[in-house]
Amino acid sequence: MRPKFELLDRPLIERILDEAFQLIEDPGVRVAPYVVELLREAGVPVEDGVAHIPEALATRMVDLAPRGFYLYGRNGRPAVQYAGENVHFDPGSSCLNILDPETRQPRPALSADLVRLVQVAEMLPQFAAQSTAMVCNDVPPEIGDWYRLLLVLWYSEKPVVTGAFSASSLHTLLELLAIESGGPDALREHPRAIFDVCPSPPLNWSEFASQNMVDLARAGVPAEIVSMPLAGATAPVTLAGSVVQHAAECISGITIHQLAQAGSPIVWGGAPAIFDMRTGKTPMGAIETAMLDVACAQVGKYLGLPTHAYMVAGDGRLIDAQVEMESGMSAVLGALTGINMISGAGMLDFLACHSVEKLVIDAEAIASAQRLIEGIEPRGDSLAVAMFAQTGLAGDFLKLKETRALFRKEQHFPSAIIDRGLPNMEGELDVAGRARQRVHELLASYERHPLHADREQEMIAFAQREGRKAGLDGLPGLLRPDYAEAGLTR
Amino acid sequence: MASDHFSAMRQSIIDGAPDTASTLAQQAVASGVAPIDAINNGYVPGMHDVGEQFAKGQMFLPDMMASAEAMRAAMSVLDPELRKLGTERPMAGTVVLGTTKGDIHEIGKILVGTLLTAHGFRVHDLGVDVAGEKFADKAREFKADIVGISALLTTTMKNQKGVVEAIEKAGLRSHLKIMVGGAPVTRRWAQEIGADGYAPNAMSAVALAQELMQQKLQVQS
Repeated sequence: MRPKFELLDRPLIERILDEAFQLIEDPGVRVAPYVVELLREAGVPVEDGVAHIPEALATRMVDLAPRGFYLYGRNGRPAVQYAGENVHFDPGSSCLNILDPETRQPRPALSADLVRLVQVAEMLPQFAAQSTAMVCNDVPPEIGDWYRLLLVLWYSEKPVVTGAFSASSLHTLLELLAIESGGPDALREHPRAIFDVCPSPPLNWSEFASQNMVDLARAGVPAEIVSMPLAGATAPVTLAGSVVQHAAECISGITIHQLAQAGSPIVWGGAPAIFDMRTGKTPMGAIETAMLDVACAQVGKYLGLPTHAYMVAGDGRLIDAQVEMESGMSAVLGALTGINMISGAGMLDFLACHSVEKLVIDAEAIASAQRLIEGIEPRGDSLAVAMFAQTGLAGDFLKLKETRALFRKEQHFPSAIIDRGLPNMEGELDVAGRARQRVHELLASYERHPLHADREQEMIAFAQREGRKAGLDGLPGLLRPDYAEAGLTR
Repeated sequence: MASDHFSAMRQSIIDGAPDTASTLAQQAVASGVAPIDAINNGYVPGMHDVGEQFAKGQMFLPDMMASAEAMRAAMSVLDPELRKLGTERPMAGTVVLGTTKGDIHEIGKILVGTLLTAHGFRVHDLGVDVAGEKFADKAREFKADIVGISALLTTTMKNQKGVVEAIEKAGLRSHLKIMVGGAPVTRRWAQEIGADGYAPNAMSAVALAQELMQQKLQVQS
């Protein structure tokens, strides 16, 4: 039996959907000029930038959305399945700051920090996908979105959760991905990346978000809706009310997306949070935030759609008991909910800071959550009687062949980050110290696998050309400036 | 006027009761109480209590919003009376607020504006997606003491720098103080872009604005 966690019963899910369909018709959904004609042609009244989407059309569009799809690794093989109860994790994305491993203080993230995070995540099987985790402050802001994707594609073979920073730059990211995949058709057939697209709460598909949705649908590259109701601030204060808003934002987004290109892959996702009424902050580690994630995903699953959530992030400013308690709890809840992609690991301080050291600790929480959802298996005709028949009341189970054959299936063995009393680690280092050690070990064993030489050269030429337009000197994190100036020699 | 009337005004702010606050203000005017006394002895102490209780974690943001609404209700009665007398309520300062270019988030900014207003600042909220030049134009038009720039996104935070530059270009930098805020913003970032201050939340934005006003007045004196 696969263990499962649910917060909503069927009648409540149906009430949530009923109200969500009401909302997208009245008061409706704010949309950008880019999609007005598309909606009007489908019979949607649009007045003063507000679309009033009829339930019948929205239901039809939700039905057209694929029930599942794959993201592929660099080797062209499926690596992430967005469907059903599959659970995958990836690091949180788009962070501006990194917790410096030496000073233990936050500072602006650089290309080298992103490279370090990507290399570590590459070595951890807990992460089925990478993310464009940081905004590199040593790169001009206007090319920040494609540049971080370039670094991830360069150092990783895993699928990537990414996103554009503007309506126009999406095409630069798609061009880069197409080079890496061997052309736009190859990218469409075996997408390596999925793009997060965020509506603005409440019920607003901005120019940037509207355009990204349509352009991704037409490119056949998967889109992931990241709806972010803030309960009590930009959404109803009740958790149920915020889940309704999340559903309305997702359904309206799917309607726009499927009208642009029916059957294009799309994910019911989000980063909802409560709004702390003392500070105005949006705690990602609050239990109510995790409850919103679970409930929102449950509604998406009820519709049969692939799901995403933002979990495994903590709010403390340092790697401490608070952030790890918050991250561990939500990792377990997300896994038990069967959410297809759970983003957020490595992040702390209300998503303002990333930490590679936290990422490796989170990987342990994720591994435990992954073990949990494997559940308890009978493993044979007899549960215990056959083993007792061999050992009797002597209780000498350690000698049994079943013990040796099955203990690896029954028990997960964490890395040395988790203190289980192994030799040489008694009381020497605290968990943050052990995490630093683990990061060093993983980086030491990381080995980059080059891409096909032609594609690699094309990517560098692309990066140099696009980078020069923004005044970028060399390719930070990738090539030294003198190499870049010399051409393609590495 | 009996002190219990002032304490009722004070309580109407603490309770976040706009109707009561407005009725008490009308009664005060009708019975000949000087509007400035009603403000200084009734309503402003109420707002101070609210601020104190908020800082102690005994009141919450929705309470604060309701108190600010009650304050606005009282002032909409008393401000016209002050003008009839040919005076104006002394303002704590003039603030031009906005969310930076490319960013349409405003909940934090609205909160800051509400609290600044409740604490006696005159606030001009320019809304969202505001270009640097507009910040500069409006700062000049309203003779702003402080410009507050909000950004919620890591990507739009960088545009705060553009606002500082636009204010410099307009030749206004030495005449006003600049404060920045928003989820990704840090003290370090504020320093890097040449802002005068950073506040991590709405209440500390009020304290920061008061501090910046003091700095500004000291320089002027």
